[in-house]
Amino acid sequence: MRRSKYERPAHLIGNAERPRLTTSAMIASIAGADQPTRPAPFGHALSALAEKDDRVVGLSADLAKYTDLHVFRAAHPARFYQMGMAEQLLMMSAAGMAREGLQPWVTTYAVFASRRAYDFICLAIAEEMLDVKIVCALPGLTTGYGPSHQATEDIAMFRGMPNLTIIDPCDASEIEQAVPAIAAHKGPVYMRLLRGNVPLVLEEYGYRFELGKAKLLRDGRDTLIISSGLMSMRALEAAKELRKDGIDAGVLHVPTIKPLDEATILAECARQGRLVVVAENHTVIGGLGEAVAASLMRSNVRPAAFRQIGLPDAFLQAGALPTLHDMYGISTTKIVTRIKEWLDE
Amino acid sequence: MAQIGHNISLPERARRIRRHALRMGEVQGQGYIAQALGIADVLAVAYFHATSYRPEEPEWEGRDRFLLSIGHYAIALYAALIEAKIIPEDELETYGTDDSRLPMSGMAAYTPGMEITGGSLGHGLGIAVGMSLALKRKGSRSFVYNLFSDGELDEGSTWEAAMSAGSYKLDNLIGIVDVNQMQADGPSLGVLNFEPLGPKFEAFGWFVQRVDGNDIDALVDAFDKARQHPDPQPRIIICDTKMAKGVHFLEARERNHFLRVEPQEWAEAIRIIDAGVTA
Repeated sequence: MRRSKYERPAHLIGNAERPRLTTSAMIASIAGADQPTRPAPFGHALSALAEKDDRVVGLSADLAKYTDLHVFRAAHPARFYQMGMAEQLLMMSAAGMAREGLQPWVTTYAVFASRRAYDFICLAIAEEMLDVKIVCALPGLTTGYGPSHQATEDIAMFRGMPNLTIIDPCDASEIEQAVPAIAAHKGPVYMRLLRGNVPLVLEEYGYRFELGKAKLLRDGRDTLIISSGLMSMRALEAAKELRKDGIDAGVLHVPTIKPLDEATILAECARQGRLVVVAENHTVIGGLGEAVAASLMRSNVRPAAFRQIGLPDAFLQAGALPTLHDMYGISTTKIVTRIKEWLDE
Repeated sequence: MAQIGHNISLPERARRIRRHALRMGEVQGQGYIAQALGIADVLAVAYFHATSYRPEEPEWEGRDRFLLSIGHYAIALYAALIEAKIIPEDELETYGTDDSRLPMSGMAAYTPGMEITGGSLGHGLGIAVGMSLALKRKGSRSFVYNLFSDGELDEGSTWEAAMSAGSYKLDNLIGIVDVNQMQADGPSLGVLNFEPLGPKFEAFGWFVQRVDGNDIDALVDAFDKARQHPDPQPRIIICDTKMAKGVHFLEARERNHFLRVEPQEWAEAIRIIDAGVTA
């Protein structure tokens, strides 16, 4: 709960020992200090795709630099369209371009695509099954700027939209693989984007992205963490931590939220005696957790227990990302603590 | 230019479009017939003077694109597409019925010649911007026409598109606004005052003409000027039209956004339209 805006934070003022974490620039890197990263994987992958496919064009709503589309703009200036800070127009014009045979790659922040431009994606693009790829930065809680920029419910909104494929990639290598894969898929796609210096996580697991496929990154006897996006990175870190305490945690990575790979999820959850935890960088309402729960219910598959790690049904606070991730329970430390608690229940 | 029927006058085309629309309205007993009667002259000039298309090949790459943003005007566009022989005339009796290719609100997936799905108002002009940009990219010389309504001037998305078209200097984009002064809640200017409309579009960088949308000679001149205008800017034809034009007892109704018409009145309306070619 936020304190009243009329109550001064006296404990911070004139206190040399005050917390040093500050809200970073708009898009903080989610990479840890020693973590290997790759810069702007989306921008480079799209530029490479455009070399091979004349249909590819890139559209920005005044956020090229913040969606890594500036890399594409530099590589293919004549194929870059600046639509201005006008997200409705961004989606409408992409629909018009797709009707004429181009493959528009549309970029903005996830909040603006979902909340502001929903009707235009729904009717102008999805209803017509047009070949438009919508790639959006700042998914879930990846900025400390508060609710105006935190897309905590984008997946809940977009899951309800027919025809739309939804991708939530985990790391730089997955983004690089997802770009050509979703280009080859004929129809509208919404992809959550990690931009800037994006961690490299999945290569050590021999992982390859396949559209529509969930993949087991590591197996575990005691619990299975089902996750997407950056939470798969956190889940892998948590599994390593839990191992030190003798807890064997598996991680099932589900980058395609829709259509959901129910067969793989059900097969994993049907294995007896495991706690199933769904971890997502999204409100617990309407995202991967509820999608998995409904799938289990429909199929009479009963894990030992089912729990969700995700953002609360609330407008979240502003602040430094590590603080916020801890506060809302999606940091590695918090995941470890909660899974231990649940296993002790 | 349309390749068919040069011997048939534009007023006669407009009369037939009104007649087709009335016959579809009769199938449902109600509908957006006043808009159809009001815009018939614009559609006659668009389809039988201004635009290029092939009736037997509705998706011919060289066609001009004619987008209907106002989905509920579908009855009017179907009438024009029937007259243009893109849709067979005998299908009008299926208007709005289950399994018909002619649903009450226009959708691209249902109807040959229907370029976009309208109905969620304020979409057409932005889609037209994207198509115009793409046609330029392809080196096409086709025009993109977007027919939208004075009611759609309430939508912010229309103005995003208007600013973008001016910014990109889209000289292959021709907007047509039907100013019929009637919206769902009543007279348009009372719902939200969009005037002065011409100066607004001029300020957004458009070549603006404002004409009596029920004067065929004026429309022919305006469409010609819109296509031939030499400057690199989008073009708009603001058409002041009369709701239910040509059927006096429907013109006289105060609230005619969605008309309920008695069974015997349809025959009377068609008789009036048949009687006065240039009425």
